[in-house]
Amino acid sequence: MPSRRDYDDIPGTIVFDGRQARRGYVLNKFLMSLNQPANREAFKADEAAYLDSFALDDEQREAVLGRQWLRLLEVGGNVYYTYKLAACDGMTFQDLAGEQTGMSAEDFAQMMLSGGRSPEDRP
Amino acid sequence: MAAVAGGVGCSHVPAVGAAIDKGRTGEPYWAPYFAKLERARRWIAEVDPDVCIVVYNDHANAFSLEVIPTFALGLADEFPPADEGYGPRPVPVVQGHPELAWHLAESLILDEFDLTLVNEMPVDHGLTVPLSVMFGQPEAWPCPVIPLCVNVVQYPPPTGHRCYQLGQALRRALESYEGAERVVVFGTGGLSHQLQAERAGFINVDFDTAFLDHLVDDPEAVAAIPHLDYLRDAGSEGIELVMWLVMRGALGPRVREVYRATHLPTSNTHNGLLILEEAS
Repeated sequence: MPSRRDYDDIPGTIVFDGRQARRGYVLNKFLMSLNQPANREAFKADEAAYLDSFALDDEQREAVLGRQWLRLLEVGGNVYYTYKLAACDGMTFQDLAGEQTGMSAEDFAQMMLSGGRSPEDRP
Repeated sequence: MAAVAGGVGCSHVPAVGAAIDKGRTGEPYWAPYFAKLERARRWIAEVDPDVCIVVYNDHANAFSLEVIPTFALGLADEFPPADEGYGPRPVPVVQGHPELAWHLAESLILDEFDLTLVNEMPVDHGLTVPLSVMFGQPEAWPCPVIPLCVNVVQYPPPTGHRCYQLGQALRRALESYEGAERVVVFGTGGLSHQLQAERAGFINVDFDTAFLDHLVDDPEAVAAIPHLDYLRDAGSEGIELVMWLVMRGALGPRVREVYRATHLPTSNTHNGLLILEEAS
């Protein structure tokens, strides 16, 4: 498999390919577990203890506990999986999308109302 | 033989489902979008299909990274709404059509499309939001639904060309069915959007307009769009648009555009709704 891909130069974009899937397999497994209501309750009751049952590496664990939304993608999370953690915190998908860009929620919402991020905008 | 009575292209934005479920469709943010659905809802009420085949993707609900089928066909009697991490949508259980679904499975696999067959699965917003868009909030969905689930979450999804070919094979399979069901095929997802990383919020109206134009009049050209172009020009999640090509392939070569509506924004997405019928 080539180490470089034709999409690697798209700015501000982390394609969830095999490299990311391998990096994030256990992280996404934890995130997937939040689909079960009992697991959501257990996680909310004691986040650190709940995470102990998943073999996350230190970077992943820190990104989960610190709600580092962009970092979670960098360490192998897929956005549909990280949204399950965001939903636990009562966030909308737009809240999550905005958090990853470093913009405030208000600025991000306003950008979308104004037609979104234009193709010429290189973040 | 069963016949394709029409095709629906439809975004599947979860916030649209939430707006319906929470009674917010009249709010200033949403009312202009929902006004655009009336024409499409009249069309499908008039067509009154016997079955809908909904081509959609699962978003880490029925499937996870443990098993990732590229194409999965739902054969069950019914499909419950999924808990996606915040409780299931309050929508009717989807009734399947096992007899036709099994016919499709046999026909498509012998036609060299190596589908995964699924006897039990919940369905998430990818399937239920398009039903809500087209049918509103009925006590029960008005007809059986056959889910055809496409992986677009784990890169790479199937190519647009493969999706188009699958649609053509779906048409052949329907034509060889003993029943006389009239079928509407949904292709869902898109239009341009990006939900992840620093470029989140990306929208490309020009790409979307060209995609819709050519999906109608030059589907072979749309089927040739490479993944790189989707990722770059439609946003990382805009690649869902390959699923519209299954719908387009299920229609004949020449189609009539009955209705098109776009709306910007619905949450983070340029929303598209397209109704096609075969040209007589």
